[in-house]
Amino acid sequence: MKMKTSRAVLLTIIAIIIAAYVLVPFVLVVINSFKTQAAIVQNPVSAAGASFSQFVQNLNAVVNNKNFVFWRAFGCSAVVTVISLVLLAVFGGMAAWVICRNKTRWSTVIYMIFISSMIIPFQVVMLPLIATFREVGRFVGLGMNGTLPGLIFAYCGFGGAMTVFILTGFIKGIPYELEEAAAIDGCSPEGTFFRIIFPLLKPTIVTVTILNGMWIWNDYLLPSILLGQSNPNKTLPVAVQAFVGSFVKSWDMILTAALLAMIPMIIVFLLAQKHIMDGMVQGAIK
Amino acid sequence: MNENTASKKALSLVLLVAGVVLMALALWMDFSKNYIVVNIGFKVALRGLFLVLGALMILAGLYLTPSVMHHRTIINIIFLFPLLFTFAVTVIVPMCVGIFYSFTDWNGVTYTKMVGFENYAAMFKEAPFIWSLLLTVLFVVVNMILVNVVAFLLALLCTTKLKGIGFFRAAYFLPNLIGGIVLGYVWQFIFSNVLTQLLSSPYSWLAKTNTAFIAIIIVYVWQYAGYIMLIYINGLATVPKDVLEAAQIDGASEIKTLFQIKIPMIAATFTICTFLTLTSAFKQFDVNLALTNGVGTVRGFMGQRLSNGTQMIALNIYNTAFARDMYGFAQAKAILFFIILACVSLVQVRISNKREVEM
Repeated sequence: MKMKTSRAVLLTIIAIIIAAYVLVPFVLVVINSFKTQAAIVQNPVSAAGASFSQFVQNLNAVVNNKNFVFWRAFGCSAVVTVISLVLLAVFGGMAAWVICRNKTRWSTVIYMIFISSMIIPFQVVMLPLIATFREVGRFVGLGMNGTLPGLIFAYCGFGGAMTVFILTGFIKGIPYELEEAAAIDGCSPEGTFFRIIFPLLKPTIVTVTILNGMWIWNDYLLPSILLGQSNPNKTLPVAVQAFVGSFVKSWDMILTAALLAMIPMIIVFLLAQKHIMDGMVQGAIK
Repeated sequence: MNENTASKKALSLVLLVAGVVLMALALWMDFSKNYIVVNIGFKVALRGLFLVLGALMILAGLYLTPSVMHHRTIINIIFLFPLLFTFAVTVIVPMCVGIFYSFTDWNGVTYTKMVGFENYAAMFKEAPFIWSLLLTVLFVVVNMILVNVVAFLLALLCTTKLKGIGFFRAAYFLPNLIGGIVLGYVWQFIFSNVLTQLLSSPYSWLAKTNTAFIAIIIVYVWQYAGYIMLIYINGLATVPKDVLEAAQIDGASEIKTLFQIKIPMIAATFTICTFLTLTSAFKQFDVNLALTNGVGTVRGFMGQRLSNGTQMIALNIYNTAFARDMYGFAQAKAILFFIILACVSLVQVRISNKREVEM
């Protein structure tokens, strides 16, 4: 069945118009980070006054700004995201396997608690979380508020439910005979998990990692209240917020900062576009 | 082999005993207010170090226990422990503590007395909060409809056999990658600088409450529709080809195919998408904070003049706690927010399930 040419042309034009509308904000950010504040205010849509040297100048001003400190913020975001994702994948896999393969009352209860907790909005636990972390931190003697390990700990807690939910769904489909065969061959339970089950989980772990990764990288509220605005260690969204607060309406700086904050995610997207789009869909359907 | 087991047993015993001793020591230090701080690359309290080391030793000791019978159980406990522990500290404990605090005059650190349902009663008398609540409901309803309609149309467009359709899909999805804070500021620039110049109007959309609310909706649909579109595309792909071919042979028009075959067959996808848009619109915070920060004048609402015209409920809770320092009150609002969200999503899922069965 072949579409009529006129119709195809019409649809293509519509698609291009929508794409232009969707992409214009990104284009504006790029154009205007090559201009001075005066040129931006005079005409924000034209490329007049844009120059590469101005871009370098803006970049320098933004990267070295004491409220933004791009490389530090980038490093914090990267460390927090990567460590949280690895821990979530390993711990989540372990927990999901135990929940799935031990049909006792306890495992059902734990699973149910995990599932029902997914509906809790963050605002409900936000305030008591600070208090709980403060008390636990005081009791243990390790700082939980205001530190990156504390933030990673919180992400493991908040991401746990969804990770377990998606992974149990997948483990259910792995034939149990595989594990029995391993046990007969003398493989210990922990060996069975790490040598046989965990490698099989790989595609699902990619999905989980993408979902958690998008969330953790872009999350603003949790790092902003756990780390605090004045903490030298900030994640990128918190740094952008602190930076904008210090530069009221100085759009050349703000848009350059926005560009810097967008670039890492866009690069990742260009590299793993198919995985990311599939992962987001799979995560939502399950 | 025997020797191996014996040494393993000894090691496990040593580890268990040492772990228990260390943890007991840490507890004792905690209660006797011992605050020795050691420096191991970073500063850490000695008792905390003992507590963590002790816990790790007990886990290791358990792991090495040479018991064939209980080995599986021990492994189960060790495997569940890390995630359950973090989950309990970050979600379960704060949730329970939070319910308790909502009945007190908590100020973020301590509370002096129980106030019963006073917090809950007070918030229904607070005009700005009622405004935020109603505004959020309106926002959720408008968004749920708009995002789903736009996303579904985009999905229909993206399932036609156009050239370069992969590019269009990726482009429509792109805004979803970027966090709400950054997007909020970019759009603030567009509304206050670009649009004012293009429309040559002296007023930014963000300056008036009504238009600022529309602005939030525009940004939100712009950001979210691409994601929901992907889910619809996935749903449309599950409609069997032979059914569509049969319809075509029977002479069904495209509109008829759409309404009588495609839409009923992807009812489950509609459920997922309404659920996602509903819950995420309710929790909307980042864009709200960055775009308008909740500012906006409203005259004569419940006999008052409000200054939080575009403030959604999540931002209202945030400001009640951090700007006004009323933690107990904010917590009570948060609990109400949770109850509303839970009820709405349960009802939504139930209605959709019923409809799916009927179809």
